[in-house]
Amino acid sequence: MSDLPRRIAGLVLLLVAVALPLVLDDFWLQLGLFVMATMVGAVGLTLLVGVAGQLSLGHAAFAAIGAYVFVWATSESEPTVAGAGLPAVVGLVLAVAVAALVGFVFSPVAGRLRGIYLGLATLGLVFLVRHLLLNLDEWTGGFNGRSVEPFTLGGFSFSNRDPDYIAVAGVELEGLHRLWYLFLVLTLLACWLAANLRSSRTGRAWANVRDSETAAAAMGIGVARHKASAFVVSSGYAGLAGALLALAYGRLAPDVFTLTVSVDFLVMIVIGGLGSVGGAMVGALFVTALPLLLTQYSDALPFMAAPGSGGLDPATTSRLLYGLAIIAVLIFLRGGLAGAFRRLTGRGAASGAPDDTTRPTTPIDPGHEAGDSPSRSKETTR
Amino acid sequence: MSYFLTQVLNGLSFGLVLSLIAAGFAIVFTSTGVLNFAHGSVVLLGAYLVAVTQPTIGFWPAVLVGILGAAVVGVLINALLVRNLADPNPGTAAILMLGVDILLLTELTRRIGNRVLPLGAPWGADVVSIGGIALPAGRVLAAGVAVVVFAGLWFLFARTRLGIGMRAAAADGPTASLMGIRLSRTGATGWALAGVLAALAGVFLTSFPSPGVAPPVALSAFLAIPAWVLGGFDSVPGAVLGGLVIGLVTALTVGYESDLHFLGSGFGEVVPYVVMIIVLLVRPQGLLGSKEAVRV
Repeated sequence: MSDLPRRIAGLVLLLVAVALPLVLDDFWLQLGLFVMATMVGAVGLTLLVGVAGQLSLGHAAFAAIGAYVFVWATSESEPTVAGAGLPAVVGLVLAVAVAALVGFVFSPVAGRLRGIYLGLATLGLVFLVRHLLLNLDEWTGGFNGRSVEPFTLGGFSFSNRDPDYIAVAGVELEGLHRLWYLFLVLTLLACWLAANLRSSRTGRAWANVRDSETAAAAMGIGVARHKASAFVVSSGYAGLAGALLALAYGRLAPDVFTLTVSVDFLVMIVIGGLGSVGGAMVGALFVTALPLLLTQYSDALPFMAAPGSGGLDPATTSRLLYGLAIIAVLIFLRGGLAGAFRRLTGRGAASGAPDDTTRPTTPIDPGHEAGDSPSRSKETTR
Repeated sequence: MSYFLTQVLNGLSFGLVLSLIAAGFAIVFTSTGVLNFAHGSVVLLGAYLVAVTQPTIGFWPAVLVGILGAAVVGVLINALLVRNLADPNPGTAAILMLGVDILLLTELTRRIGNRVLPLGAPWGADVVSIGGIALPAGRVLAAGVAVVVFAGLWFLFARTRLGIGMRAAAADGPTASLMGIRLSRTGATGWALAGVLAALAGVFLTSFPSPGVAPPVALSAFLAIPAWVLGGFDSVPGAVLGGLVIGLVTALTVGYESDLHFLGSGFGEVVPYVVMIIVLLVRPQGLLGSKEAVRV
């Protein structure tokens, strides 16, 4: 079977991800949580931008909605901030559902606008949601935000208590370890679903709409309906990512979800290769881990200056690196890291890996809509 | 009543500054089809160049340096990056510009640091009184300059070979190219013009009542995006109109915030985006934009 090496590699990576918490310290565990949370968001965004060809700058807004709904649902009511006191799993489902619902409410806009026009409309959404977060302080805690309750599942708490002590192979599993496994399960589930969705009937319809709306309509695909559905699915993913980010941070404030976050999600999927689920995961790893690593190890890096000194501090350096990475990928590395990997391993159009729509051998014509990675539907357009 | 008039005049003069930026978006979009997310950083760059050169060479030569610098950077972005995209289409170009924006803004923020650079404008904090209504002199000058600039733009696009060539290139690139119009030249002119407008807007955005040149200026330039969208993506007169509307709506919302408390505090900052979303829903081509012919 031609996929055997791929499956073995996947299995090895999975085993590594399962074993890692046993050897990592708190800094790395926390880093892993952030990486996995942003992976979910990036994968959702690549479905919208890469597969369906709709630019969105509103991902942070939907993540914010997911995060705050989750926190509201799982917290007990307090004098200053409201809470529903629901079980955490219900909170997670609600976070995804409400984010998707808001996406649905906004989807008439998404269904009517193409590519960059949608990008502009969603830009407004980020500012609007931020305004709501600051003003609806009975639910959100306003500017100062509110704290996040630990995740519990049937009496088992993903924190340092309840049960107070569990250990595997002599390593005590504390809150961060427990959250790691929770995040791992949810992230894998979300990515697996996205990969399948991409090669499903719906996913191919999205790609067809991206390549040519006219051709898609001629083939009986409801263009507005599919653009709207891509938007709803992507919003739901952002909602889940927001809820996970809330758990990883332990405290929420409106400043967690700025326009920069939306741009960062875009950076991840562009570096990884638009439309590729694996690429989005690698992009999330790069963009999320880089600033944290540079901050942690800034003492060991000779060129790194202290923050605010006007030199190259970790945050500045990582932003300069992202900026350069985006430009380099868009100019030199067609298809991002995923495209480069495919060329390197010789996985051309013929191998037909199950979760990776294939690239045609001919160059892409420049006239079509946004979205880099072509797909099987490409064959139908010309 | 005079309070109302003050708000209106303030809004309109600020709106004209937004129009300068919005016109830059529209010109770049029509001449090269790029949604220039780095435009805000170019506004900041123009103002930054003025602020750092004015202590040595004086204010007016510094303004010239700022304008030239912003125009050159615009032309370079187009020539070195946009024209070399591996997969040129509006989506990837927009994302490319986000990358350029990150680079420019991060570097400018690093250079400026926590300081607020004084612009050194000779009009300082002067206030002009028009019929009993006090307005900052910088705003009045901004309005005058904007009117002159827009008259110049109208002349360029309506009366000169270059401007008519740019319009032809925007309407149908390949055909214009066959008729002997050099698309590389019309594109470069568009980016240079946008840079000039950005630097001018930067000067007025950072002089009184604003404290000086600081990184958030790039973000306030984002307010011009709703103005651009409102006017229609490919229309310079639309951008002017859009800027005026957004400036007016913002000034009135801020001015009467106490009466609009049910909308939450700070609603003035988001009202442009609310207007933009409504416009995109009701009339996606904007007030004066041309409708997309494709209909499925």
